[in-house]
Amino acid sequence: MIDREQVLHVARLARLRLGEAEVETMAGELSGILGHVDRIANLDLEGVEPTSHVVQLENVLRADEPWTSLPPRVALASAPEPYEGAFRAPSPQADVD
Amino acid sequence: MSELTDLSVAEAAAKIAAGEISADEYDSAWRAAAASDELNAYLWTAEHGGEGEPDWTGDGESAPEGEGEATPYGANPPAPADSGPLAGVPIAIKDIFTTQGIPTTAGSRILEGYRPPYTATAVNKLTAAGARVLGKTNMDEFAMGSSNENSGYGPVLNPWDRGRVPGGSSGGSAAAVAGGLAPAALGTDTGGSIRQPAALCGIVGLKPTYGAISRFGMIAFASSLDQCGPLTRDVTDAALLLSVMQGKDPRDSTSVGIEGGIELPSGVDLKGLRFGVPRELGDAALDAGVRTVFEATVARIEELGGEITEIGLPHAEHGISAYYVIAPAEASSNLARYDGVRYGKRAGGDGDLLEMYEATRSEGFGPEVKRRIMLGTYALSSGYYDAYYGQAQKVRTRIAQDFDTAFEAVDFVITPTSPSVAFGLGEKTADPMSMYLNDFFTVPMSLAGIPAIAIPAGLAAPEGAGEGAPRLPVGFQIAAPAFAEQKLLEAAHALEGALGFAAAVGDAAPWKGGSRG
Repeated sequence: MIDREQVLHVARLARLRLGEAEVETMAGELSGILGHVDRIANLDLEGVEPTSHVVQLENVLRADEPWTSLPPRVALASAPEPYEGAFRAPSPQADVD
Repeated sequence: MSELTDLSVAEAAAKIAAGEISADEYDSAWRAAAASDELNAYLWTAEHGGEGEPDWTGDGESAPEGEGEATPYGANPPAPADSGPLAGVPIAIKDIFTTQGIPTTAGSRILEGYRPPYTATAVNKLTAAGARVLGKTNMDEFAMGSSNENSGYGPVLNPWDRGRVPGGSSGGSAAAVAGGLAPAALGTDTGGSIRQPAALCGIVGLKPTYGAISRFGMIAFASSLDQCGPLTRDVTDAALLLSVMQGKDPRDSTSVGIEGGIELPSGVDLKGLRFGVPRELGDAALDAGVRTVFEATVARIEELGGEITEIGLPHAEHGISAYYVIAPAEASSNLARYDGVRYGKRAGGDGDLLEMYEATRSEGFGPEVKRRIMLGTYALSSGYYDAYYGQAQKVRTRIAQDFDTAFEAVDFVITPTSPSVAFGLGEKTADPMSMYLNDFFTVPMSLAGIPAIAIPAGLAAPEGAGEGAPRLPVGFQIAAPAFAEQKLLEAAHALEGALGFAAAVGDAAPWKGGSRG
């Protein structure tokens, strides 16, 4: 039901790189799971409201009170590559072509 | 096992408050117990630290950056209060809760070495009530699993039989409590992750109403379903922990709290209470031994004055399908944050940004997490959104309506917690769908957001086991309407007293040292 090409497409969307063997396994496993899930596809649920959240809350805005932030040293403490008070990452430039 | 560790949390807290036992002696006894972990239940303990991790919280050595610094979320690290309802009680914390300065991995290699800059509200509330962090417990990676075999740090062993799984995803928490390595533990439940491991380990597990306890600092899996709750040896301890942790939190706008709070339960009978048994249970795939214990428990309810009624949950059978669309869809969004930039693992060196993202995530995530991210991304992708995610959300509405209708006729809905007793390590890893069906009885309540408790109801031999095979715990699930936790705890307390599970098991219980050797 899900083929190689679809697996590779979804993996790209999800920022995952799958090995050759993983692609095959994933195609089989996802097809199996979706085969089960497809049982709900045929239920007649015309007009039923979707539930995205069980707690019915109005959108709440907090009071506009000053609030401190994490000190930079603390926020950067777990960064894989902190650099002069910032998060360092490879250039996205190579993506633009 | 010492007498101190035989006490329930409520008993110990009362004795500490009365000055009958010393908080430090009690704490030491549990720290020693936790340090003797042979079940891989802990990833980090206050006594030892994690593997290769210096115990900086003990001696202040090798403190991480930011240690001792005030943050908007409180002092670093948080110190337990001197007094309160849990004064001196050490509690094991599932490794999905952030703990300031203490390693927090959510069972994933992608967060190896991560020391969060703040502590989860649920944990803060426990320490503010005097509790101490005993250790961080092993779990399925990002809470995705029903056997604890998806942990990036190895599986947890069931203390009743070390060849079997403890259930998941709060498997480390359940094994720690059942194995006598913690007096109580915190877990999280998205589709059954507190109740199922509690059942497989013969202890009590409570999933409160969605919104009863703050999710702030609970690493997100499926945000519309995740809820934290206690795993304990008895119902009273579950009520005690809930009473401390519940409440609205300005840092989680979906938190509501429980109006009127929670008191320790005292229920001894079930007179005038109506219990609904879903008629769909008749055709459900269920081990014979589990069915026998369920029916015997139903008989006990009637002996206690409860009334048994048949109800219908016609859409519950589609719960697993809806859940395995909604939860992965939310997970695929939530897990986008693990990109190798702000915390955790980074791989891919000096290539471009996209290459770094893909390398980091491919090396950092385990197979089940990748599977769920793929499933969720597919279900949300263009052309499939309505057929999968939209349809699943409508099924969710129907399931919630089924419960609403049932609760017009009954006070509680009762089912087995899990279709089987604890299964063997590796028994279900090859087929994801057979693993997912473990959550058949627990997922509907999660989708409806209602509270449910699992209590141990008896022992049964595994399906197909020969005559005289060792028997394993069977859980019984009671579900109640949203925010009816007090009523639920009273009923569970009465039933627990009549079943006398702990007394019946006696010294054979692993927390008494019975099955540990």
